Amino acid sequence: MSSDKEPLFSAKNLKLITTPIGPQNPITIQVLGICSALAVTAKLEPSIVMSLSVVFVMVFANLIISLLRNTIPSRIRIIVQLVVVASLVILVDQILKAYAYDVSRQLSVFVGLIITNCIIMGRLEAFALGNKAWPSILDGAGNAAGYGIILIIVGFVRELFGSGTLSFPGFGTFQVIPQAFYDLGYVNNGFMILPPMALVVVGIIIWIQRSRDKSLIESH
Amino acid sequence: MDKQGNTYTFLYAAAMVIIVATILALVSQGLRPRQVRNELVAKKIDILQSVNISSTNRDAVDVFNRYIGENTYVVDFQGNRVSGEEAIDIDMAREMRKPLEERFFPVYEVRLDNGELKYVLQMRGNGLWGPIWGYVSIEDDGTTIFGATFSHQSETPGLGAEIDSDSFQNQFRGKRVFNEAGELVSVDVVKGGARPGDPHAVDAVSGGTITSDGLANMLRNYFSGYEQFLKNIERESYE
Repeated sequence: MSSDKEPLFSAKNLKLITTPIGPQNPITIQVLGICSALAVTAKLEPSIVMSLSVVFVMVFANLIISLLRNTIPSRIRIIVQLVVVASLVILVDQILKAYAYDVSRQLSVFVGLIITNCIIMGRLEAFALGNKAWPSILDGAGNAAGYGIILIIVGFVRELFGSGTLSFPGFGTFQVIPQAFYDLGYVNNGFMILPPMALVVVGIIIWIQRSRDKSLIESH
Repeated sequence: MDKQGNTYTFLYAAAMVIIVATILALVSQGLRPRQVRNELVAKKIDILQSVNISSTNRDAVDVFNRYIGENTYVVDFQGNRVSGEEAIDIDMAREMRKPLEERFFPVYEVRLDNGELKYVLQMRGNGLWGPIWGYVSIEDDGTTIFGATFSHQSETPGLGAEIDSDSFQNQFRGKRVFNEAGELVSVDVVKGGARPGDPHAVDAVSGGTITSDGLANMLRNYFSGYEQFLKNIERESYE
Protein backbone atom coordinates (compact mmCIF):
# COMPACT_ATOMS: atom_id res chain seq x y z
CA MET A 1 0.00 0.00 0.00
CA SER A 2 1.42 3.37 -0.96
CA SER A 3 2.16 5.75 1.88
CA ASP A 4 0.96 8.96 0.20
CA LYS A 5 -2.82 9.15 0.53
CA GLU A 6 -5.00 9.39 -2.53
CA PRO A 7 -6.97 12.67 -2.59
CA LEU A 8 -10.71 12.25 -1.97
CA PHE A 9 -11.64 13.48 -5.40
CA SER A 10 -8.77 12.12 -7.46
CA ALA A 11 -9.29 11.62 -11.17
CA LYS A 12 -9.84 7.91 -10.55
CA ASN A 13 -12.46 8.56 -7.89
CA LEU A 14 -14.27 11.17 -9.95
CA LYS A 15 -14.51 8.66 -12.76
CA LEU A 16 -16.56 6.44 -10.43
CA ILE A 17 -19.20 9.16 -10.48
CA THR A 18 -19.01 10.29 -14.09
CA THR A 19 -18.86 6.97 -15.97
CA PRO A 20 -22.18 5.62 -14.69
CA ILE A 21 -23.85 8.90 -15.59
CA GLY A 22 -22.54 8.76 -19.15
CA PRO A 23 -20.81 5.86 -20.94
CA GLN A 24 -21.70 3.19 -18.36
CA ASN A 25 -25.21 4.39 -17.57
CA PRO A 26 -27.12 1.65 -15.72
CA ILE A 27 -30.32 2.20 -17.68
CA THR A 28 -29.26 3.12 -21.20
CA ILE A 29 -26.10 1.01 -21.48
CA GLN A 30 -26.49 -1.81 -19.00
CA VAL A 31 -30.31 -1.81 -19.37
CA LEU A 32 -30.90 -2.44 -15.67
CA GLY A 33 -33.65 -1.01 -13.51
CA ILE A 34 -36.00 -0.73 -16.47
CA CYS A 35 -39.00 -1.99 -14.50
CA SER A 36 -39.07 0.91 -12.08
CA ALA A 37 -38.17 3.35 -14.87
CA LEU A 38 -41.38 2.32 -16.63
CA ALA A 39 -43.52 2.39 -13.51
CA VAL A 40 -42.80 5.76 -11.91
CA THR A 41 -42.14 8.06 -14.87
CA ALA A 42 -45.70 8.94 -15.90
CA LYS A 43 -45.15 12.14 -13.92
CA LEU A 44 -42.07 14.16 -13.09
CA GLU A 45 -42.62 14.42 -9.34
CA PRO A 46 -42.53 10.71 -8.48
CA SER A 47 -39.55 10.37 -10.82
CA ILE A 48 -37.60 12.96 -8.82
CA VAL A 49 -38.52 11.55 -5.42
CA MET A 50 -37.77 8.03 -6.61
CA SER A 51 -34.35 9.17 -7.85
CA LEU A 52 -33.53 10.80 -4.50
CA SER A 53 -34.68 7.74 -2.57
CA VAL A 54 -32.51 5.50 -4.76
CA VAL A 55 -29.49 7.79 -4.22
CA PHE A 56 -29.97 7.49 -0.46
CA VAL A 57 -30.49 3.73 -0.44
CA MET A 58 -27.64 3.07 -2.85
CA VAL A 59 -25.03 5.23 -1.14
CA PHE A 60 -25.73 3.73 2.27
CA ALA A 61 -26.09 0.16 1.01
CA ASN A 62 -22.75 0.44 -0.78
CA LEU A 63 -21.15 1.99 2.31
CA ILE A 64 -22.46 -0.64 4.73
CA ILE A 65 -21.59 -3.59 2.50
CA SER A 66 -18.16 -2.13 1.84
CA LEU A 67 -17.48 -1.78 5.58
CA LEU A 68 -18.67 -5.34 6.20
CA ARG A 69 -17.01 -6.82 3.12
CA ASN A 70 -14.27 -8.70 4.98
CA THR A 71 -16.68 -10.24 7.48
CA ILE A 72 -19.48 -11.41 5.18
CA PRO A 73 -19.47 -15.19 4.66
CA SER A 74 -19.51 -15.63 0.87
CA ARG A 75 -22.20 -18.30 0.94
CA ILE A 76 -24.82 -15.94 2.36
CA ARG A 77 -23.56 -12.69 0.84
CA ILE A 78 -26.62 -12.20 -1.37
CA ILE A 79 -28.88 -12.61 1.66
CA VAL A 80 -26.80 -10.10 3.62
CA GLN A 81 -27.02 -7.61 0.74
CA LEU A 82 -30.76 -8.10 0.47
CA VAL A 83 -31.25 -7.57 4.22
CA VAL A 84 -29.21 -4.35 4.12
CA VAL A 85 -31.10 -2.97 1.10
CA ALA A 86 -34.50 -4.00 2.47
CA SER A 87 -33.81 -2.39 5.86
CA LEU A 88 -32.71 0.87 4.23
CA VAL A 89 -35.83 0.90 2.07
CA ILE A 90 -38.06 0.34 5.11
CA LEU A 91 -36.23 3.20 6.84
CA VAL A 92 -36.86 5.53 3.88
CA ASP A 93 -40.51 4.49 3.81
CA GLN A 94 -41.00 5.04 7.55
CA ILE A 95 -39.25 8.40 7.54
CA LEU A 96 -41.26 9.62 4.54
CA LYS A 97 -44.48 8.54 6.27
CA ALA A 98 -43.53 10.48 9.39
CA TYR A 99 -42.02 13.63 7.88
CA ALA A 100 -43.23 13.87 4.26
CA TYR A 101 -46.62 12.21 4.38
CA ASP A 102 -47.87 13.74 1.11
CA VAL A 103 -44.89 12.48 -0.84
CA SER A 104 -45.14 9.04 0.69
CA ARG A 105 -48.79 8.91 -0.29
CA GLN A 106 -47.90 9.71 -3.89
CA LEU A 107 -45.01 7.29 -4.09
CA SER A 108 -47.00 4.56 -2.35
CA VAL A 109 -45.75 1.19 -3.59
CA PHE A 110 -42.75 2.47 -5.47
CA VAL A 111 -40.61 3.00 -2.40
CA GLY A 112 -40.98 -0.69 -1.64
CA LEU A 113 -40.04 -1.46 -5.22
CA ILE A 114 -36.56 0.02 -4.67
CA ILE A 115 -35.70 -3.36 -3.11
CA THR A 116 -36.20 -5.02 -6.47
CA ASN A 117 -34.03 -2.52 -8.32
CA CYS A 118 -31.37 -4.69 -9.91
CA ILE A 119 -28.90 -1.78 -10.13
CA ILE A 120 -28.52 -1.71 -6.34
CA MET A 121 -27.83 -5.43 -5.93
CA GLY A 122 -25.64 -5.29 -9.01
CA ARG A 123 -23.39 -2.56 -7.60
CA LEU A 124 -23.18 -4.23 -4.18
CA GLU A 125 -22.09 -7.47 -5.79
CA ALA A 126 -19.82 -5.97 -8.43
CA PHE A 127 -18.24 -3.08 -6.54
CA ALA A 128 -18.90 -2.69 -2.81
CA LEU A 129 -17.85 -6.25 -1.96
CA GLY A 130 -14.37 -5.61 -3.34
CA ASN A 131 -13.65 -1.94 -2.63
CA LYS A 132 -13.05 0.43 0.24
CA ALA A 133 -15.75 2.59 1.77
CA TRP A 134 -15.10 5.91 0.02
CA PRO A 135 -14.92 4.63 -3.56
CA SER A 136 -18.02 2.54 -2.79
CA ILE A 137 -19.93 5.65 -1.73
CA LEU A 138 -18.90 7.40 -4.95
CA ASP A 139 -19.81 4.39 -7.05
CA GLY A 140 -23.21 4.22 -5.37
CA ALA A 141 -23.84 7.94 -5.83
CA GLY A 142 -22.71 7.80 -9.48
CA ASN A 143 -24.88 4.87 -10.45
CA ALA A 144 -27.90 6.21 -8.61
CA ALA A 145 -27.38 9.58 -10.34
CA GLY A 146 -27.09 7.88 -13.72
CA TYR A 147 -30.34 6.08 -13.00
CA GLY A 148 -31.99 9.23 -11.66
CA ILE A 149 -31.07 11.43 -14.62
CA ILE A 150 -32.69 9.05 -17.08
CA LEU A 151 -35.75 8.77 -14.83
CA ILE A 152 -36.10 12.54 -14.66
CA ILE A 153 -35.68 12.99 -18.43
CA VAL A 154 -38.28 10.32 -19.14
CA GLY A 155 -40.64 11.69 -16.47
CA PHE A 156 -40.26 15.21 -17.91
CA VAL A 157 -41.04 14.12 -21.48
CA ARG A 158 -43.94 11.87 -20.50
CA GLU A 159 -45.66 14.38 -18.23
CA LEU A 160 -45.15 17.30 -20.61
CA PHE A 161 -46.60 15.55 -23.65
CA GLY A 162 -48.96 13.21 -21.80
CA SER A 163 -50.62 15.63 -19.40
CA GLY A 164 -49.37 19.07 -20.48
CA THR A 165 -48.14 19.72 -16.94
CA LEU A 166 -44.96 19.45 -14.88
CA SER A 167 -44.96 18.54 -11.19
CA PHE A 168 -42.22 19.07 -8.62
CA PRO A 169 -42.00 17.61 -5.13
CA GLY A 170 -43.09 20.22 -2.62
CA PHE A 171 -44.29 22.70 -5.23
CA GLY A 172 -47.26 20.95 -6.82
CA THR A 173 -48.29 20.70 -10.45
CA PHE A 174 -47.93 23.45 -13.04
CA GLN A 175 -49.78 23.72 -16.32
CA VAL A 176 -47.03 24.18 -18.89
CA ILE A 177 -48.83 23.92 -22.20
CA PRO A 178 -51.03 27.03 -22.33
CA GLN A 179 -54.79 26.82 -22.60
CA ALA A 180 -54.60 28.67 -25.93
CA PHE A 181 -52.97 25.59 -27.50
CA TYR A 182 -55.88 23.42 -26.39
CA ASP A 183 -58.32 25.99 -27.74
CA LEU A 184 -56.57 25.68 -31.11
CA GLY A 185 -57.11 21.94 -31.05
CA TYR A 186 -53.95 20.63 -29.39
CA VAL A 187 -54.58 17.35 -27.58
CA ASN A 188 -52.45 15.65 -24.94
CA ASN A 189 -50.91 12.44 -26.16
CA GLY A 190 -52.68 9.89 -23.97
CA PHE A 191 -50.25 7.20 -25.13
CA MET A 192 -47.46 9.03 -23.30
CA ILE A 193 -48.84 8.17 -19.88
CA LEU A 194 -48.97 4.46 -20.68
CA PRO A 195 -45.90 2.37 -19.70
CA PRO A 196 -44.91 1.37 -23.29
CA MET A 197 -44.05 4.98 -24.06
CA ALA A 198 -41.45 4.97 -21.27
CA LEU A 199 -39.69 2.19 -23.14
CA VAL A 200 -39.87 4.15 -26.40
CA VAL A 201 -38.48 7.29 -24.71
CA VAL A 202 -35.66 5.27 -23.13
CA GLY A 203 -35.00 3.79 -26.58
CA ILE A 204 -34.73 7.25 -28.10
CA ILE A 205 -32.28 8.31 -25.36
CA ILE A 206 -30.17 5.20 -26.10
CA TRP A 207 -30.25 6.05 -29.80
CA ILE A 208 -29.11 9.63 -29.21
CA GLN A 209 -26.37 8.52 -26.82
CA ARG A 210 -25.02 5.92 -29.23
CA SER A 211 -25.09 8.21 -32.22
CA ARG A 212 -22.96 10.70 -30.28
CA ASP A 213 -20.53 8.17 -28.82
CA LYS A 214 -19.58 5.63 -31.50
CA SER A 215 -17.47 3.61 -29.06
CA LEU A 216 -20.70 2.33 -27.49
CA ILE A 217 -21.74 0.54 -30.68
CA GLU A 218 -20.84 -3.15 -30.69
CA SER A 219 -18.58 -4.19 -33.59
CA HIS A 220 -20.47 -7.28 -34.73
CA MET B 1 -12.32 -18.50 13.15
CA ASP B 2 -13.03 -20.01 9.73
CA LYS B 3 -15.06 -17.36 7.91
CA GLN B 4 -16.49 -19.87 5.45
CA GLY B 5 -17.44 -22.41 8.12
CA ASN B 6 -21.00 -23.26 9.12
CA THR B 7 -20.71 -21.96 12.69
CA TYR B 8 -19.49 -18.55 11.57
CA THR B 9 -22.15 -18.31 8.88
CA PHE B 10 -24.93 -19.18 11.34
CA LEU B 11 -23.70 -16.76 13.98
CA TYR B 12 -23.28 -14.02 11.39
CA ALA B 13 -26.81 -14.46 10.05
CA ALA B 14 -28.28 -14.58 13.56
CA ALA B 15 -26.45 -11.46 14.73
CA MET B 16 -27.38 -9.58 11.55
CA VAL B 17 -31.07 -10.41 11.89
CA ILE B 18 -31.17 -9.40 15.55
CA ILE B 19 -29.40 -6.09 14.92
CA VAL B 20 -31.53 -5.18 11.91
CA ALA B 21 -34.75 -6.17 13.66
CA THR B 22 -33.87 -4.05 16.69
CA ILE B 23 -33.08 -0.98 14.60
CA LEU B 24 -36.25 -1.26 12.54
CA ALA B 25 -38.42 -1.91 15.59
CA LEU B 26 -36.99 1.15 17.36
CA VAL B 27 -37.47 3.37 14.31
CA SER B 28 -40.99 2.12 13.75
CA GLN B 29 -41.94 2.64 17.41
CA GLY B 30 -40.33 6.06 17.52
CA LEU B 31 -42.04 7.34 14.38
CA ARG B 32 -45.42 5.69 15.03
CA PRO B 33 -47.07 8.63 16.87
CA ARG B 34 -46.10 11.03 14.07
CA GLN B 35 -47.38 8.65 11.42
CA VAL B 36 -50.71 8.13 13.19
CA ARG B 37 -51.13 11.88 13.52
CA ASN B 38 -50.31 12.36 9.82
CA GLU B 39 -52.92 9.78 8.86
CA LEU B 40 -55.57 11.42 11.02
CA VAL B 41 -54.77 14.88 9.63
CA ALA B 42 -54.86 13.53 6.05
CA LYS B 43 -58.26 12.02 6.80
CA LYS B 44 -59.60 15.34 8.11
CA ILE B 45 -58.22 17.17 5.06
CA ASP B 46 -60.02 14.68 2.80
CA ILE B 47 -63.31 15.01 4.68
CA LEU B 48 -63.15 18.82 4.48
CA GLN B 49 -62.13 18.66 0.82
CA SER B 50 -65.33 16.78 -0.01
CA VAL B 51 -67.31 19.89 0.99
CA ASN B 52 -64.84 22.10 -0.91
CA ILE B 53 -63.15 23.46 2.20
CA SER B 54 -59.43 23.35 1.64
CA SER B 55 -57.10 23.00 4.58
CA THR B 56 -53.43 22.28 5.06
CA ASN B 57 -51.46 19.97 7.33
CA ARG B 58 -51.08 22.88 9.70
CA ASP B 59 -54.66 24.04 10.18
CA ALA B 60 -56.70 20.92 9.30
CA VAL B 61 -57.50 20.05 12.93
CA ASP B 62 -58.76 23.57 13.74
CA VAL B 63 -60.80 23.82 10.56
CA PHE B 64 -62.28 20.39 11.23
CA ASN B 65 -63.29 21.42 14.74
CA ARG B 66 -64.84 24.64 13.46
CA TYR B 67 -67.02 23.11 10.74
CA ILE B 68 -67.66 19.60 12.02
CA GLY B 69 -66.52 19.28 15.62
CA GLU B 70 -68.69 16.79 17.46
CA ASN B 71 -71.30 16.49 14.74
CA THR B 72 -70.22 13.03 13.72
CA TYR B 73 -72.00 9.76 14.26
CA VAL B 74 -72.24 6.23 12.97
CA VAL B 75 -75.30 4.73 11.31
CA ASP B 76 -76.14 1.12 10.53
CA PHE B 77 -77.65 -0.41 7.40
CA GLN B 78 -81.16 0.51 8.58
CA GLY B 79 -80.12 4.15 8.88
CA ASN B 80 -80.31 4.19 12.68
CA ARG B 81 -77.63 5.81 14.77
CA VAL B 82 -75.28 3.44 16.56
CA SER B 83 -74.28 4.64 19.99
CA GLY B 84 -70.84 4.17 21.45
CA GLU B 85 -68.94 4.42 18.16
CA GLU B 86 -66.82 7.37 17.04
CA ALA B 87 -67.10 8.06 13.31
CA ILE B 88 -63.49 9.08 12.90
CA ASP B 89 -62.24 5.92 14.63
CA ILE B 90 -64.16 3.49 12.43
CA ASP B 91 -61.68 1.18 10.70
CA MET B 92 -63.12 1.01 7.18
CA ALA B 93 -60.80 -1.84 6.19
CA ARG B 94 -62.23 -3.99 8.97
CA GLU B 95 -65.80 -2.98 8.12
CA MET B 96 -65.17 -4.09 4.53
CA ARG B 97 -64.75 -7.67 5.73
CA LYS B 98 -68.27 -7.75 7.16
CA PRO B 99 -71.35 -8.23 4.96
CA LEU B 100 -72.81 -4.88 3.85
CA GLU B 101 -75.87 -5.27 6.13
CA GLU B 102 -73.73 -5.50 9.26
CA ARG B 103 -71.28 -2.68 8.56
CA PHE B 104 -71.06 0.61 10.40
CA PHE B 105 -71.28 3.74 8.26
CA PRO B 106 -69.67 6.98 9.53
CA VAL B 107 -71.43 10.30 8.89
CA TYR B 108 -69.89 13.76 9.31
CA GLU B 109 -72.29 16.70 9.39
CA VAL B 110 -70.82 19.93 8.07
CA ARG B 111 -72.44 23.31 8.69
CA LEU B 112 -71.05 25.64 6.02
CA ASP B 113 -70.47 29.37 6.48
CA ASN B 114 -73.71 30.13 4.63
CA GLY B 115 -75.66 27.93 7.06
CA GLU B 116 -76.22 25.03 4.65
CA LEU B 117 -75.95 21.53 6.07
CA LYS B 118 -74.04 18.80 4.20
CA TYR B 119 -73.57 15.15 5.08
CA VAL B 120 -70.21 13.56 4.36
CA LEU B 121 -70.29 9.81 3.75
CA GLN B 122 -67.20 7.66 3.96
CA MET B 123 -66.46 4.88 1.45
CA ARG B 124 -63.88 2.25 0.70
CA GLY B 125 -63.36 -0.17 -2.17
CA ASN B 126 -60.78 -1.88 -4.30
CA GLY B 127 -58.82 -0.39 -7.18
CA LEU B 128 -56.36 -2.19 -9.43
CA TRP B 129 -53.44 -2.59 -7.05
CA GLY B 130 -54.87 -1.89 -3.64
CA PRO B 131 -57.60 -0.18 -1.66
CA ILE B 132 -59.25 3.05 -2.79
CA TRP B 133 -61.38 5.22 -0.53
CA GLY B 134 -63.24 8.46 -0.57
CA TYR B 135 -65.66 10.91 0.97
CA VAL B 136 -68.84 12.02 -0.76
CA SER B 137 -70.84 14.94 0.57
CA ILE B 138 -74.59 14.99 0.05
CA GLU B 139 -76.95 17.97 0.11
CA ASP B 140 -79.74 18.01 2.70
CA ASP B 141 -82.16 16.69 0.05
CA GLY B 142 -80.46 13.32 0.55
CA THR B 143 -79.73 12.73 -3.14
CA THR B 144 -77.67 15.51 -4.73
CA ILE B 145 -73.91 15.18 -4.47
CA PHE B 146 -72.26 18.36 -3.26
CA GLY B 147 -68.65 17.25 -3.60
CA ALA B 148 -66.43 14.21 -3.58
CA THR B 149 -62.84 13.37 -2.88
CA PHE B 150 -61.09 10.09 -3.57
CA SER B 151 -57.79 8.63 -2.56
CA HIS B 152 -55.89 5.45 -3.18
CA GLN B 153 -53.01 3.51 -1.80
CA SER B 154 -51.20 2.31 -4.88
CA GLU B 155 -52.96 3.07 -8.17
CA THR B 156 -50.76 3.77 -11.20
CA PRO B 157 -49.58 7.42 -11.33
CA GLY B 158 -50.98 9.21 -14.38
CA LEU B 159 -53.60 6.50 -14.92
CA GLY B 160 -55.78 5.09 -12.14
CA ALA B 161 -54.22 7.49 -9.65
CA GLU B 162 -56.00 10.35 -11.48
CA ILE B 163 -59.10 9.55 -9.39
CA ASP B 164 -57.64 11.91 -6.81
CA SER B 165 -57.33 14.78 -9.32
CA ASP B 166 -59.63 17.79 -9.09
CA SER B 167 -60.82 17.44 -12.66
CA PHE B 168 -62.13 13.95 -11.96
CA GLN B 169 -63.65 14.76 -8.58
CA ASN B 170 -65.35 17.96 -9.73
CA GLN B 171 -67.48 15.97 -12.15
CA PHE B 172 -69.44 14.57 -9.22
CA ARG B 173 -70.91 17.91 -8.19
CA GLY B 174 -74.65 18.00 -8.78
CA LYS B 175 -74.91 14.30 -9.68
CA ARG B 176 -77.77 12.41 -8.10
CA VAL B 177 -77.86 9.19 -6.10
CA PHE B 178 -81.60 8.52 -6.53
CA ASN B 179 -83.67 8.84 -9.71
CA GLU B 180 -86.94 10.75 -10.09
CA ALA B 181 -88.92 7.77 -8.78
CA GLY B 182 -86.77 7.67 -5.64
CA GLU B 183 -84.95 4.46 -6.59
CA LEU B 184 -81.26 4.07 -5.85
CA VAL B 185 -79.20 4.38 -9.07
CA SER B 186 -75.81 5.51 -7.74
CA VAL B 187 -73.32 7.28 -10.01
CA ASP B 188 -71.62 5.22 -12.68
CA VAL B 189 -68.11 5.84 -14.01
CA VAL B 190 -68.36 5.48 -17.78
CA LYS B 191 -65.44 4.56 -20.01
CA GLY B 192 -65.34 6.73 -23.12
CA GLY B 193 -67.37 9.49 -21.49
CA ALA B 194 -70.76 9.90 -19.88
CA ARG B 195 -73.70 11.27 -21.85
CA PRO B 196 -73.80 15.05 -21.31
CA GLY B 197 -76.38 15.97 -18.70
CA ASP B 198 -76.70 12.45 -17.32
CA PRO B 199 -77.22 12.94 -13.56
CA HIS B 200 -76.04 9.41 -12.75
CA ALA B 201 -72.73 9.13 -14.63
CA VAL B 202 -69.28 10.70 -14.88
CA ASP B 203 -66.35 10.16 -17.29
CA ALA B 204 -63.87 7.46 -16.34
CA VAL B 205 -60.15 8.28 -16.04
CA SER B 206 -58.37 7.42 -19.26
CA GLY B 207 -56.15 4.39 -19.04
CA GLY B 208 -57.55 3.50 -15.63
CA THR B 209 -60.42 1.19 -16.46
CA ILE B 210 -60.07 -1.20 -13.54
CA THR B 211 -59.64 1.65 -11.04
CA SER B 212 -62.70 3.39 -12.53
CA ASP B 213 -64.76 0.21 -12.31
CA GLY B 214 -63.60 -0.28 -8.71
CA LEU B 215 -64.66 3.26 -7.92
CA ALA B 216 -68.10 2.76 -9.49
CA ASN B 217 -68.50 -0.44 -7.46
CA MET B 218 -67.47 1.34 -4.30
CA LEU B 219 -70.08 4.06 -4.90
CA ARG B 220 -72.82 1.53 -5.67
CA ASN B 221 -71.94 -0.52 -2.59
CA TYR B 222 -71.81 2.31 -0.14
CA PHE B 223 -74.76 4.24 -1.51
CA SER B 224 -76.84 1.11 -0.95
CA GLY B 225 -75.32 0.88 2.54
CA TYR B 226 -76.28 4.48 3.25
CA GLU B 227 -79.60 4.20 1.36
CA GLN B 228 -81.88 4.18 4.42
CA PHE B 229 -79.92 6.99 6.04
CA LEU B 230 -80.19 9.13 2.90
CA LYS B 231 -83.93 8.45 2.67
CA ASN B 232 -84.28 9.56 6.29
CA ILE B 233 -82.53 12.85 5.49
CA GLU B 234 -84.81 13.40 2.53
CA ARG B 235 -87.90 12.82 4.69
CA GLU B 236 -86.60 15.18 7.35
CA SER B 237 -85.98 17.91 4.80
CA TYR B 238 -89.66 17.85 3.78
CA GLU B 239 -90.92 18.09 7.34
